[in-house]
Amino acid sequence: MSGSDRLTAYGPILAVAAALAVVPLLTGSNTVLNAMVTALLIGLAGQGWNILGGYGGQFSFGHAAFFGTGAYATAILQARYGVNAWAAFAAAVALGSLAGLMIGFLSFRSGLRGSYFALVTLAFAEVFRIIANATPITGGAAGTLIRLDVRPENFQFASRAVFYWIVLALVVGVLILTRMIERNRFGAWLVAIRENEDAARALGVDTLAVKLQAIGLSAAITAAAGAFYAQYFLFVDSSIAYGTWISVEALLVPIIGGLGTVFGPLVGALALHGLAEVTRLVAGRIPGIDLALYGTLLVLVVAFAPQGIHGLVRRLGAGLGMARR
Amino acid sequence: MSAPLLAVAPLLAVEAATKRFGGLTAVDAASLTVERGSITGLIGPNGAGKTTLFTLISGFERPSAGRILFEGADIAGLPPHERARRGIARTFQIVQPFAGLTVRENIAVGAHLRLRDRDAALAEAERVAALVGLGERLDAPASGLTVAGRKRLELARALATRPVLLLLDEVLAGLNPSEVRDIVPVVRAIRDGGVTILMVEHVMQAVMSLCDTVHVLAQGRIIAAGPPVAVTANPTVIEAYLGHGAAKRLARGGAHG
Repeated sequence: MSGSDRLTAYGPILAVAAALAVVPLLTGSNTVLNAMVTALLIGLAGQGWNILGGYGGQFSFGHAAFFGTGAYATAILQARYGVNAWAAFAAAVALGSLAGLMIGFLSFRSGLRGSYFALVTLAFAEVFRIIANATPITGGAAGTLIRLDVRPENFQFASRAVFYWIVLALVVGVLILTRMIERNRFGAWLVAIRENEDAARALGVDTLAVKLQAIGLSAAITAAAGAFYAQYFLFVDSSIAYGTWISVEALLVPIIGGLGTVFGPLVGALALHGLAEVTRLVAGRIPGIDLALYGTLLVLVVAFAPQGIHGLVRRLGAGLGMARR
Repeated sequence: MSAPLLAVAPLLAVEAATKRFGGLTAVDAASLTVERGSITGLIGPNGAGKTTLFTLISGFERPSAGRILFEGADIAGLPPHERARRGIARTFQIVQPFAGLTVRENIAVGAHLRLRDRDAALAEAERVAALVGLGERLDAPASGLTVAGRKRLELARALATRPVLLLLDEVLAGLNPSEVRDIVPVVRAIRDGGVTILMVEHVMQAVMSLCDTVHVLAQGRIIAAGPPVAVTANPTVIEAYLGHGAAKRLARGGAHG
C-alpha cells in the first residue's frame, strides 16, 4: 500500500475531523452545540447500523436494542452499583455488542434474511423495551437517573464543547474503522454477502461468522451512542432507550447520506438534523413536523437518489467532469 | 478390504448418494468417481438430477443417504465454505455475480480464501482475470458484462480460490458457438494447470472434445460411465435422451450407422 493511496483513503476523514473540531471555537451558542451533539450522536448510531446494513446488507429495524442496552448499562452501573462512569461506558459498549451477538446468533443461525431479519430485530427491540419498562433494576416506568456530579472522572462536564469533542472523537474513530474495513478481507467478505450470499458461501466465506462479527461490531458502535446519550442527558427510560425513534433514525441517516459508504451516516445525520433545526426555526414547534419531514425526505431520497447524498454528489461531480471535457 | 493406495484413490468418490425432496427422489443412489487430473463430464437429460448431485458435492444440500469422499475423507456433512477451504470450488448454472462490484473486486473475494492481505488478493484477481480472458475488463462493473463475460467471471472467481477440484455447472450454456470455441481452451488450460474438473454440460461438442470420462445421469440414477465416444453410442443412454426404442430405430434407420 503506497503512501498516496493511504492519503486518499484517510485524508478526507482527517480534513472533516479538523473542520468539525473547530465548531465550538467559532460559536459559544449552547443551542448550536446542543444540536451538533445530537446530530453527531445520531450519526454515531447510524454508523453502527451502516456496518451491518450498509456494508452487510442485513437491514435491522431494531438497533434500539443496542442503543438502549448501551444507555441502560451505563446508567444502571453508575446509579446502582457505583461503577466509575468511564468504566461503565466501556462495559456498556461490551454489553451492547453482546446483545448484538445474541440477536445475530438466533436470527442468522436460523437463516433469516431480508424482511424476516428486519421484523425479528424490530420484535427484539420491542421485547427489550417492554422488559425494561417492567423490571425494577431499570427503574421501571420511572427510568434511571445518573447523579449529577460535574467532574471529568464522572464523564460529566460543565461545557457542552467537551461533550461535543468526545462524541466527535467517537464518530471520527468509527470513520477510520469503517475505512479500514472497506480495505480489508472482512470488508470484502461482508460486501460479498450483501451482494450474493450463496456465491459468497461457494467462495469459502463462512457467512454466519462474518455476519456475527458484523452485528457485534455494529451493535457495539450503536451502544456507544446510547451510552453517550445517557451520559449527556443523565437520564434514561424505556421509551428513550429502546424506543422506535432511534431504530428509525439509525437506519434513516445512512440511507439518506449513502448506504455502505464511510461518510454516509455522518452526512445524513448532519443533513437531517440541520434541516430539522431550520424547520423548527421557520415553522415553530408543530408536533410531528420532524417526522413528516423525515418521511418526505426518505421518499425523495429513495425515489431520486437511491444512493443517498453521497451518490448524488458523485453523480453531479461526474456530470461536471464530463461537461468540462 | 484393504485401504487403496493413495496414488490410485480417486480425488472424488460419490458413493450411493441419495437426495430426496419430500416424495421426490432427485438423486437415487448415484455413485461416480473423478480421477485426479481429469476432466470428467456429467451429462443427462433435463431434470435428471445433475445440478442436485452438484449441490451435494459442493455442500449446498446434504445427501439423504450415501457418502461423498474427497481426498479420502467423507465431506457429506461439511458446509460449503468448509469444502471450499478444502479445495472444492463451484460455478453456478445461473450466474451469481456480485453485481455491485467490479470484475476485480468479484475475483478478489475468491482470492481472499487463501490471501488475507487486500492488495495481494487484488493482484491475484488481476492474474486470474488474465487467465480467463477478462484482463481488459478488470474495472468494469460485473453487472455490465455480457452473458459470456459473466460465465468467465464465474470461472475466474472459482479459480481464484485455488481449487483442487473445480465443479463447472453448465458453464457453456447460453453461449453462441464462437463463444463456446473461445472458452473450451480456457477450461483445458485450467486442467493443464493442475486443477481437476467435473463438469455438467449439455453442449456435446464440448463434452466430446474435453472430457476423459463421462457419467450419464437419468432420473436420478447413473446409467452409464466411460469414455465419451463409448457412452454416446450406448443404447441405454440414447434411450434415456430420445425415449424407449429409439436406439433400435436409429440402428434400423442407419442414420448414424
